[in-house]
Amino acid sequence: MDTLNLTKSLNLSFIEQVSKESGQNPSLCYQCGNCTAGCPYTHFFDYPVSQIMRLLQTGQRDTILSSKAIWLCATCETCTTRCPCEIDVAMIMDTLRIIARRENKVSEKDVKLFYDSFLNSMKEHGRLFEVGTLLSYNLRSGNFFADADLGPKVLEKGKIHFLPRKIKGRDKVAKIFTRFQEKAKKHG
Amino acid sequence: MAEKEYAYYTGCSLEGTAVEYDMSMRQVFKALGVGIIEPEDWSCCGSTPAHTVDRVFAAALAARNLTIIEKMGTGIVTVPCPSCLSVLKRAHLGMTQDESFRNEVNELLDEPYEGGVVPKSTLQVMLEDVGLDAIASKVTHALPGLVVAPYYGCILTRPPEIAQFDDPENPVSMDKILEAVGVKVADYAFKLECCGAAFGVPKRDMVNRLTYRVLSMALEAGANCIAVACPLCQQNLDLRQGQVNSTMGSSFNLPILYFSQIVGLTYGLSPKELGMDKLVVSADDIVRSRITIEELAQREANAKAAEAEAKAAEKLKKAKAKEEDTKTEET
Repeated sequence: MDTLNLTKSLNLSFIEQVSKESGQNPSLCYQCGNCTAGCPYTHFFDYPVSQIMRLLQTGQRDTILSSKAIWLCATCETCTTRCPCEIDVAMIMDTLRIIARRENKVSEKDVKLFYDSFLNSMKEHGRLFEVGTLLSYNLRSGNFFADADLGPKVLEKGKIHFLPRKIKGRDKVAKIFTRFQEKAKKHG
Repeated sequence: MAEKEYAYYTGCSLEGTAVEYDMSMRQVFKALGVGIIEPEDWSCCGSTPAHTVDRVFAAALAARNLTIIEKMGTGIVTVPCPSCLSVLKRAHLGMTQDESFRNEVNELLDEPYEGGVVPKSTLQVMLEDVGLDAIASKVTHALPGLVVAPYYGCILTRPPEIAQFDDPENPVSMDKILEAVGVKVADYAFKLECCGAAFGVPKRDMVNRLTYRVLSMALEAGANCIAVACPLCQQNLDLRQGQVNSTMGSSFNLPILYFSQIVGLTYGLSPKELGMDKLVVSADDIVRSRITIEELAQREANAKAAEAEAKAAEKLKKAKAKEEDTKTEET
């Protein structure tokens, strides 16, 4: 287990930033552990979600943003549903992920890469092109044969399209991406 | 039933790996007299990946569709995929409850969304708008021997503030619909336990473990089939079942059907129309077990008659034995 010097690594503005962006009040958490008890992913997390909440209360920015937990959370909403303090815990995890991405501190590169492959496909075609997304992920992650065993199965069922279904308004979808990127640049 | 028209947002999965969900949903709606229209030139909702980038951006990708649907004037959009539904609802609720959020989202769009669309799952439309009596009235066939574990997945009813439907801890909408069409439903403890589908590609081992638990619990509940309402859950439980078996050393052979396929089977629809052949784990045994409700009634009547006959024979035997006894006593 890591030992943290809370005084040295305390970052008060981080608590404020997360509270503002998530619309949640992390100080309401009294560490009952209900979120962790119901979390299906807790065995795979480096810090259980209740510990992420505690780290947040003590402003431990770097530890949180470099954690695996924030990328392995699937937003299944169990924690949010069961929090007795009515904190939207999944929304906080979502916010932490967004901040980590913005600051280029991504501990689970493959997860982010898969999301990026998905979004690129969407930007290009307007809808998700399943085969293209998988191939792009495989090439960029270096996991060239990820899920290659499933190929013949879906192929046999006639579920695979080898060409994307491009929609008419794909330029409009792409515009949402560019407008957002321009806005993000403007606001730093 | 009065013809009511809904906008029907299929989402990307239902064009590809979940085509049988789309096929069976359309057939069942047709049988129930529910009119559906596909919004023209709809785009991807952005799903989980967009949410890891930015909340306004994610809402804008979803809201482009809400703008298109708003112009159709149906008021309600019905959505088979819980992931699309959740994203559309988040965008709709965020934009109608918070003006500054709405303005920020609309700044990213060509045409603004004014907040006039109510997104509902296809399950919700069936339960609340069509109703259990109407659903039951179309049944022509039975599936004797089938015991279904209803699997809702993580976000169909959660968080309650977004889903605004059914129970966030023990949902029963699918149970009720399946029971209404005469199917036996198992008491399944893992109705909501996340199967990990979103991480299927980058985190295969983790997902196989989670899927293993969901499948095991269905068997423990005495089920011989799982019913789902989510294309991601279905793909994960069905397509990856072989992977689970090789990773975990298990030997599952559990058919994973969309609830709409099961309903369609009880309506006498052809397996082909319902896309039964698209499932990876074969559901042929379930299809073959199908009989008409008349046959079922006959079967039940025969069973009852046989039981009555056996009872009568038993009674006669006992009476004879008693008679013998009294005779022996007399002599």
